[in-house]
Amino acid sequence: MKIDTDFNAKKLMPEADVAPDDGAQKYDVEIVAVSKSYDGGAKAVDTISLRIPKASYCCLLGPSGCGKTTTLRMLAGHESVTDGDVLIHNKNVTDGAPSARGTSMMFQSYALFPHLSALDNVAFSLKIKGVKKAERQAKAMEFLKLVQMEHLAHRMPAQLSGGQQQRVALARSLITRPKVLLLDEPLSALDPFLRVLMRTELKRIQTELGITFVHVTHSQEEALALSDLVVVMSDGQIMQAGSARDVFEKPTNAFVAKFIGGHNVIEVEGRKVSVRADKCRIVESVGGTNLPAEVTSIEYQGPMVRILVKDLDGKEYHAQISDSRFFADPPVVGEKVMFSWMPEDEWQLAA
Amino acid sequence: MSSSMTMSPRAASWLQATPFTLIMTCLVMVPLAIILAVSFMDYGFAEIIPEFYLGNWTDLFRSSLTLDTYRTVFKQLAVVWTITLLLGFTISYYLIFHVRSNMWRAIFLAACAIPFWTSGPIRMISWVPLLGREGIVNQALLGMGIVDQPISWLLYSEFSVIVVYVNMLTMAMAGPIANSMAKISPSIIQAARDQGASEWQVIQEVIIPLIKPGIVVGTIFIITAVMGDGFLVRAMSGNQMNTPAVAIMNEINAFQYPPAAAKSVVLLLIVLGMVGLLLRFVDIRKELAR
Repeated sequence: MKIDTDFNAKKLMPEADVAPDDGAQKYDVEIVAVSKSYDGGAKAVDTISLRIPKASYCCLLGPSGCGKTTTLRMLAGHESVTDGDVLIHNKNVTDGAPSARGTSMMFQSYALFPHLSALDNVAFSLKIKGVKKAERQAKAMEFLKLVQMEHLAHRMPAQLSGGQQQRVALARSLITRPKVLLLDEPLSALDPFLRVLMRTELKRIQTELGITFVHVTHSQEEALALSDLVVVMSDGQIMQAGSARDVFEKPTNAFVAKFIGGHNVIEVEGRKVSVRADKCRIVESVGGTNLPAEVTSIEYQGPMVRILVKDLDGKEYHAQISDSRFFADPPVVGEKVMFSWMPEDEWQLAA
Repeated sequence: MSSSMTMSPRAASWLQATPFTLIMTCLVMVPLAIILAVSFMDYGFAEIIPEFYLGNWTDLFRSSLTLDTYRTVFKQLAVVWTITLLLGFTISYYLIFHVRSNMWRAIFLAACAIPFWTSGPIRMISWVPLLGREGIVNQALLGMGIVDQPISWLLYSEFSVIVVYVNMLTMAMAGPIANSMAKISPSIIQAARDQGASEWQVIQEVIIPLIKPGIVVGTIFIITAVMGDGFLVRAMSGNQMNTPAVAIMNEINAFQYPPAAAKSVVLLLIVLGMVGLLLRFVDIRKELAR
């Protein structure tokens, strides 16, 4: 897909309009001890606190049922907050209506209005405000250009592919000039090829507009690729919040290490440590820490080869080694080997 | 299809269409053709004279009574349609968008459905003890001192005809509307709210456009019920109102089949025309297929 570099997205969202209270404000979103429970039942979100710095791409990452979507919906105002406060641009919006908080939500199913063309979908919020037809359609066309959909402006949603519907939904969310854009699993309905393409596109648009995106996903790959701030959630709580590199290299606990992927959680002398799979080796017996194991499966992944092994207690580990190293001396399934890593690659996990 | 018994696809489709074709031909097309034929025949006392005769048609178009009956029925239709539409929309909107618990939704749906377990005529007649001169409504009004003599127009009047029509037909409007509303994904409503729409704007800009097919289906039910009914109007107006269907019934009771047949043909064409016009605006096949 061609990216129109001449097109100036900033023009669509003048700075003054986006952040009038620029001065002391360091965070676009602040979540202060927020909880959510349904009718006295268990807590879906349990006293979470989070600050999202200005103009950042933040991903809420976690397995289904971890509370990430509930958190997003509380930010949007589509779900009431049981306890705690939500601040957007330093303003407490905990009880505000969805449209009054400066957020805009892009729904998982896109939720385009089926009876309106792409253009009228994007122009909807302007129509609600009473903007004249010609003016609102011209404005909507500008935003369709931003998402490279101007050529399909007059199609109905049913005539658009999933990826195209998503672009329209994005334009419809952006035209309200949100301070924070909320995206609920925006890429999960797309095929893998389109997912990577749209991912790049989302990051480009976020950078160009200079506003905060909060993106809910269950894909660690997506979170690592996009985020300035990755928030890993489990059971209604935040397990870790940090830069993508921090979360990947320094997971705080076994859950994060396992969920973020590419890690082995190993017990060494009663301590729990994580070791990145790409730092592990399958060897005869050389330096470092060795664990006798048996190869259970081998996955070729192009530049890397993933080797799964089982130790004497039946615990599974995996190593990712480069294809050249693998083919220099390829192990076979069932072979007895040493699973090995260097002590300096161990990362201490919280108990 | 088994390999031992093969049939060309063409023959197979003919075979599949045959039962329905037979039913439509024997039970719809042939009787209609007979009615059309009879409308061009002469009649005497309790007999049809099989001779070509245009009198039924000339009488029909010359009589001012014809126009009067249609004026009456169209007025009824307009009033009944407006009230059932407002009620039907409100009931469905409440049930679909405001009742959160499934239990309460089931209870409300049952409350709507259970009255239909009794037969139509019984539901109709049960209004008599309610609306009559000595009825509950009048007695209550008298008892509370709101009126000093019974209101006579409560029963056997235009009013009672409308009340009973609304009672019988509101669910016919609410059903299709609720069905259309239930198909609107909650995220679409949330998206509209997110875009700044008020509750009224959501109704106006999103819900009404999306339930048009349901409104059309409900409207068709109302049109066919009101245009085709003679029994209810006769009973509830105390034989004081004359609609096209009442006129047809009266002639049938007097064994005057040829003029009744001519009136039936006209009524049928008008109803078909109205339904056809509605279907031009909304593709209900799309609605039924979803």
